[in-house]
Amino acid sequence: MTDWPLLSITTFLPLLGAAFILTIRGEEAAVARNARNVALLTSLATFLVSLLVWANFNPASADFQLVDQARWLPGFDINYKMGVDGISVLFVLLSTFLTPICILSAWEAVQKRVKEYMIAFLVLETMMVGMFSSLDLVLFYMFFEGVLIPMFVIIGVWGGPRRVYAAFKFFLYTLLGSVLMLLAILAMYHDAHTTDIQVLMTHSFPRAMQTWLWLAFFASFAVKVPMWPVHTWLPDAHVEAPTAGSVILAGVLLKMGGYGFLRFSLPMFPLASHDLAGVVFTLSIIAVIYTSLVALVQQDMKKLIAYSSVAHMGLVTIGVFTFNMHGIEGSIFQMLSHGVVSAALFLCVGVVYDRLHTREIARYGGLAKNMPAYALVFMFFTMASVGLPGTSGFVGEFLVLMGAFEANTWVALFAATGLILGAAYMLYLYRRVVFGKLTKDDVKAMLDLNRREVLMFVPLIVMVVWLGVYPTTFLQPLHASVTKLINDYQLALSAAKTVSVAVR
Amino acid sequence: MYAAVVFLPLLGAIIAGFFGRKIGDRASQIVTCTGVGLSAFLSLAIFNEVVLQGHVVTVHVLNFLNVQGIDVSWELRFDTLTAVMLLVVNWVSFMVHVYSIGYMHHDPSVPRFQSYLSLFTFAMLMLVTANNLVQLFFGWEGVGLASYLLIGFWHERPSASAAAIKAFVVNRVGDFGFALGIFGTFMLTGSLGFDAIFAAAPAKAAVVFHLFGMDVNAITACCLLLFVGAMGKSAQLGLHTWLPDAMEGPTPVSALIHAATMVTAGVFMVARMSPLFEYSDTALMVVTIVGACTAMFAATIGCVQNDIKRIIAYSTCSQLGYMFFAIGVSGYQAGVFHLFTHAFFKALLFLGAGSVIHAMSDEQDIRRMGGIAKHIPVTTALMYIGSLALAGIAPFAGHYSKDAILEAAWGSGTQVGHFAYWIGVSAAFLTAFYSWRLLILTFHGKPRADEHVMAHVHESPAVMIVPLLVLAAGAVFAGWAGAESFVGAGREHFWGKAILVLASHPAMENAEHVPALISMLPAIAAVSGILVAYLFYMFVPALPRLLAQAFRPVHLFLLNKWYVDELYNFLFVRPAFWLGEGLWKGGDGALIDGVGPDGVAAATRDIARRFSALQSGYLYHYAFSMLTGAAVFVTWYIVKVG
Repeated sequence: MTDWPLLSITTFLPLLGAAFILTIRGEEAAVARNARNVALLTSLATFLVSLLVWANFNPASADFQLVDQARWLPGFDINYKMGVDGISVLFVLLSTFLTPICILSAWEAVQKRVKEYMIAFLVLETMMVGMFSSLDLVLFYMFFEGVLIPMFVIIGVWGGPRRVYAAFKFFLYTLLGSVLMLLAILAMYHDAHTTDIQVLMTHSFPRAMQTWLWLAFFASFAVKVPMWPVHTWLPDAHVEAPTAGSVILAGVLLKMGGYGFLRFSLPMFPLASHDLAGVVFTLSIIAVIYTSLVALVQQDMKKLIAYSSVAHMGLVTIGVFTFNMHGIEGSIFQMLSHGVVSAALFLCVGVVYDRLHTREIARYGGLAKNMPAYALVFMFFTMASVGLPGTSGFVGEFLVLMGAFEANTWVALFAATGLILGAAYMLYLYRRVVFGKLTKDDVKAMLDLNRREVLMFVPLIVMVVWLGVYPTTFLQPLHASVTKLINDYQLALSAAKTVSVAVR
Repeated sequence: MYAAVVFLPLLGAIIAGFFGRKIGDRASQIVTCTGVGLSAFLSLAIFNEVVLQGHVVTVHVLNFLNVQGIDVSWELRFDTLTAVMLLVVNWVSFMVHVYSIGYMHHDPSVPRFQSYLSLFTFAMLMLVTANNLVQLFFGWEGVGLASYLLIGFWHERPSASAAAIKAFVVNRVGDFGFALGIFGTFMLTGSLGFDAIFAAAPAKAAVVFHLFGMDVNAITACCLLLFVGAMGKSAQLGLHTWLPDAMEGPTPVSALIHAATMVTAGVFMVARMSPLFEYSDTALMVVTIVGACTAMFAATIGCVQNDIKRIIAYSTCSQLGYMFFAIGVSGYQAGVFHLFTHAFFKALLFLGAGSVIHAMSDEQDIRRMGGIAKHIPVTTALMYIGSLALAGIAPFAGHYSKDAILEAAWGSGTQVGHFAYWIGVSAAFLTAFYSWRLLILTFHGKPRADEHVMAHVHESPAVMIVPLLVLAAGAVFAGWAGAESFVGAGREHFWGKAILVLASHPAMENAEHVPALISMLPAIAAVSGILVAYLFYMFVPALPRLLAQAFRPVHLFLLNKWYVDELYNFLFVRPAFWLGEGLWKGGDGALIDGVGPDGVAAATRDIARRFSALQSGYLYHYAFSMLTGAAVFVTWYIVKVG
């Protein structure tokens, strides 16, 4: 089995499904039904194949594994090259895990242009998986930017009333980063004469150049994370996006930034990373405190969760730049956990939105009475978001803060205020939606979760508990890769020190 | 047996929680009561094995976290400290489970209530059996969650939901310190497991940390940060505001969580960490002072409150203060002993109060009670037993433990210890006073409730009375039975290695040789407190009002709980919302969006409009600009060249 190009299959299987959906013709209702079924089956099959990737992955090794290679632009030494290490394999799994759930969540909510919607999602899946498994910079860039197109379409076509504004804002921010990143890629090619990521990791760029390259990549990744102050696209994008769009946006797309830092900034520009870590810390701390406070006063459920995402991702960026095992593994874990938990929270919002068609918090209240199962599920994910031990949220937060404490106690002190503020805004949200007297007639008429919705939440609940109680499963494969990442970083740093001493 | 004692309540919680609707109220009650009941009996067996036979046991359940140096497992540790806590938690919880069958029988969500109670018990058991700081933190937050759910149990009441959030968030403030303390301890000792931490502690006594810009003694810093967590959970001065509000929960919850078990978790944690605290005199001093101040502060408020549950809540707060200052003078054994006896008599008082509230048709204000002793004689008698134990009158349980604490405080021989002693004696006076104020106003005198309520006053059913009797037995005998082993001559053997006291902290040894007057004084204070209460509320009922009028500012200050809530609202809550609003509208809206995407877009539109205005289509506009251009060029050419 290992000689099969499993990664390429995982990447392009959804595209195949999309092509198939494209050929479906006939009555509108039949087309919609078939498109849904094909999309769900394709995404499930993709998930199964990605499990094979996981099964064939050797967690003890820090190398890139399951490498597929093909010549692409031989004259320029630009190739099609795929492979995963301990860090990226988890993100591949996260993407393939969330996509079927997204498709399931749109089952009834999306009624117009179902075919196109499903195609957009499957294309999006291809782009995400491809992005996480690319081992060539140009290939990576194509997938990285390719992700934006289906997302842009999903927000712009199936979004809410202000979707055009949101889509344009989303576009403006990302454009800025992308242009700079493309320039940086050209510069890197010029210096190293290759775009092979594995080779680039061993190539040492001149110190002055590193800073510029780092900043260019930073511009792109910071928008994706998103870091303060380039985060304002996120609340608008979330608010306007359809539920499944929000789920995938929060669940996977935000991780592109954090992944980028780990894959490029740290290993390729270690000196710049070291010099500029303070900037990242400062911006992240501001993100944690500032956006938590903003989340506290939101009137719109999706906006509130969007702002909480910014705060949680602030912890991720802190963890990455602590340059120690606890911080980095914690930040990866936090990304996985946030991927599952925030996805689930957006689904929770989607459930009530489908029934009442409003996201305004004040329109709800007292749901515990007529939707007890929903209240339980929502409580569960609220607690996971707050980082209650035993849920996935705790492990990531704990490791990141531990790493931060080792790196700089001030950072840990400020970042830990997120513990308090996070509890405040999430519980305040929960109280306004679920607790209180059930008085409004239309709210009274709301029905509890149906079977499809239960089916959608069960895998997420299982994952949150699994990640929270037995995180070893997901930390084990990280150890080798993260150790290598840190060792390389330390080596580069000490090498630079000897050079500067020698020059003196 | 060891794993079962912890996981049986979880099983009960899961069954009642997920299938409660299907299996019905009665089955849920049976399942949860059986789970906790079995645990209660198992904990007797464990007490026998661990304490009497002297076998310390550790059970490995599952690996948890392994990341470079962090090597944490789900493990259950059973030593004397744990065994004592198991007895307290399981028995009180069992009694509360049974009592709830009667108390909650009108409620529409019985399975949910029973499930939460069992879930709480499980979390508390995980806390007391933890073998490392992370699992302790798991239990710590788990009981916080259960407490949140149970305070907000009647979620249709806005005040209940508000109190629930307040409890969770204030506890989170404590956890903030606790978490930092855990990180510090790991940095210092390189481990999160108790055995490794304790083994490493002696060598690290003089290590200095660079923490938050200061150079501080590492152990002191860690202990103080951990203590912040304990202050939150155990409602010590400053982080106490959530406890009185937590009385919004059903009364059985108040008895179990907010009196007997969860709030004592802070005391337990500090006792558990004794091998660390012992190496920091500064930290111990802080613990003593905070404990003593809380004991006094809460007692003063307890004297003027009118809600029967709130009086008992402030009393709990005050008694927790006693436990802490006992620990602060290295009298861990006395502190835990008081925890043990207090659990019985305070649970008794709360459940008794519940019985009163039940009888009075949900009335909680003692100003509208009175004269019901003859209608509910059993409850009255039980409340007297609880109050006698609380006031520390011999031979009831509280007498032994409170005396042990005060003697240890005196015996420590330090200034802080003596300060704590005097505060403790004064608080003992106040304790007796407010207890008897409560008893007299509630049970004696003329009925102040309306006839309708008085007609309904009835003794509670057996399912509520029997648990009270069991707890009353504890309140009568626990002190007498435990004194010898907990704090007496047998204590070395009893505690084994569960608690470490350095030879330089001889408070417990000296406690046996304090002057007679010193050991008599608490009893004298208590008796005079009772007498003053009789004077005020039985013989000269006009006196309290006169006093309140004469010292109106003081009375108001106490009645409004020292205005701490108002202060916090002003300092933290309102600014947080105000800041959030400002950052959202001003920061995100005006500044970032205004300058960023919206600004760029607007600027682009603006410039485009200006340029498009140039394309007016009139020939003379173009001719004019052409001529102007030519003139400028010619002028420039002449000036520059010529």
